[in-house]
Amino acid sequence: MSALQRSTAKRDAGIDRVSRLLTLPSLAIIFVFGILPLVIMLVYSFLKPAAYGGVEWEFSTEAYVSFFFTQDIFDETLTFNPDYLSIYLRSFVFAVGTMIACLLLGFPTAYFIATRPAHQRQWWLLLVTIPFWSNLLIRTVAIMLIIRDEGLVNHWLINLGVIDRPIVMLYTNFAIVLGLFYSFFPFMVLPLYTSLEKLDFRLVEAGFDLYATRGRVLRRIIIPLAKPGIVAGCLLVFIPALGAYVTPLILGGGTHLMIGDLIAQQFGSSRNWPLGAAQALILMSGVLVALFFYARNTAGKGVGHGR
Amino acid sequence: MSSVVAKAGLEIRNVGKLFTQPGKGDFRALDDVSLFIKPNEFFTLLGPSGCGKTTLLRMIAGFEYPTEGEIRLNGDEISDLPPYQRPINTVFQNYALFPHLTVDQNIAFGLEMLRRPKGEIDKTVDEMLRLVKMTEMRGRKTSQISGGQQQRVALARALAPHPKVLLLDEPLSALDLKLRKEMQIELKRLQHETGITFVFVTHDQEEALTMSDRIAVMSAGKVLQVGSPRDIYDHPANRFVANFIGETNFLTGTVLSAAPGRADIKLGTGAVIAAGVPDGMTPAGEVTVVVRPEHAVITDPETAAVKGTVDTVVYFGTDTHYHLKLDSGAPFTVRQQNRRGREVHLAAGQPVGIDIPGGVAQVLRD
Repeated sequence: MSALQRSTAKRDAGIDRVSRLLTLPSLAIIFVFGILPLVIMLVYSFLKPAAYGGVEWEFSTEAYVSFFFTQDIFDETLTFNPDYLSIYLRSFVFAVGTMIACLLLGFPTAYFIATRPAHQRQWWLLLVTIPFWSNLLIRTVAIMLIIRDEGLVNHWLINLGVIDRPIVMLYTNFAIVLGLFYSFFPFMVLPLYTSLEKLDFRLVEAGFDLYATRGRVLRRIIIPLAKPGIVAGCLLVFIPALGAYVTPLILGGGTHLMIGDLIAQQFGSSRNWPLGAAQALILMSGVLVALFFYARNTAGKGVGHGR
Repeated sequence: MSSVVAKAGLEIRNVGKLFTQPGKGDFRALDDVSLFIKPNEFFTLLGPSGCGKTTLLRMIAGFEYPTEGEIRLNGDEISDLPPYQRPINTVFQNYALFPHLTVDQNIAFGLEMLRRPKGEIDKTVDEMLRLVKMTEMRGRKTSQISGGQQQRVALARALAPHPKVLLLDEPLSALDLKLRKEMQIELKRLQHETGITFVFVTHDQEEALTMSDRIAVMSAGKVLQVGSPRDIYDHPANRFVANFIGETNFLTGTVLSAAPGRADIKLGTGAVIAAGVPDGMTPAGEVTVVVRPEHAVITDPETAAVKGTVDTVVYFGTDTHYHLKLDSGAPFTVRQQNRRGREVHLAAGQPVGIDIPGGVAQVLRD
């Protein structure tokens, strides 16, 4: 090995060491704020609840058992209890509903913004993101004021003579999905806009030129090309909507529980931390499994299309 | 010409396009353009950028609508039809291939949109792949093939639905010189084999001259001259056309006598030359005549009617350009082929004579 090579090798090793050192802070952050809490949750979910919150350090699978079953007080037999699962199912339905509503309204919105002249686009984006600037709680309460029985909507409808008795909207499933839709709408519009903005509109012209009508240009050209944005937007809406806490609590009136409220209850009034941890982990594993299948599914399709 | 009789071909009748730009005033992209493009013709719209040639092409395709006039295809008015209802396809400047589809899916796209039966689509796609020699690449993504191959796919995609007219928007401008020459020949072959009318847009005068049956030279939204490449080159109608197509020498002179199609012109130096005259023009007084550099011959300064001195000599391999200065002070270029044993050795400052054979000079309209 020549002196030059040796010094180069030495320098490379030095650079390697320095770059490894430089990644340490971010690795530490991921560990402390990402992995460590998960481990704590996993451990807690296998412990017994203490009487006033917290845990007793004694191994138990009670949290998972009680998620699916109820134990008879007298003979200790287990019977299947779908109460928690039905809350999960409802949350899932709400989250999917929110996602679809966001997609159906977000796509035209994003398309509209992406087709404005370049200097106008930032202003339209600003308009979409303005609600973000105020607190989620305040926005949610504002929706409450609008849709309650004596709220703006009912007030106007009655004054216009469309209805003579207020429509009950607050504390219904509709109110929850409306609130979720309003909260997460920008999360759908922004990724959609990003992929539509990159779309080469000459491809749209090429589609028209090759006898595709407007609907077919949308289906065969624009949507396939905007797919990364559609997927990102759907995930960004679906996942937080599934675990939403404030919105269903306020707009559902506590009667239409979602997963987030259920988990919060275990750490609050129910004082059952292990059950709360177990519920959170079950939710997380459900989402992970869904994502895994989604990823595998789309990867397989990619091959089929010759990607 | 009666409009009742359906005329085969593409007719552009008094078409104009006015873009209204709020706050910036109006912009007239096309001004009273009338053209008739015959079936199976290779027709070129030639002009500098901004002359309106692309706007006209986009109107034929249906991406823009004329503000005046009408466009007829085989007698039927198509000016207001959307692009997907016109039997016309386009090869786009940047090809605009669908990046999410493979080569064969791109070619099949138009036929699928026309809801042709599956068997027919497959057959046509195979045929098109063979025609553009891309059969081996049929399963590739469009990002996995070279620029020249993308060009071929774009052609195959536009030809697959068997359009009545194929529009080509500077399709060769992105290719390097050698590939461009190959594709020029390829395009001529495709046009010959398919029998489809080609409307070709370019700013490259050489490309226009070598490929076209007829050329329309455009400038500032107007058609200045329509004719065969030879017509346009040998008999340019005005100064713009003469200047835009090839190199040329401008000389001023006075008309001595004029007959239909020709005139005798007395140049400033006193020499008299015979020049061609555009149809319908009766030249009189001061006129400009053009002489192509390759039509003039350098001769002995003693006997020649036009005299000058050598300014610079530029060697081009196949030929040599002699930049001369006439005794009147005007510049004049002569191009001579370099043929073995007939080299002329001239040095700067050397006096020479210029012979302008009868009929090679052409009087301009303006």
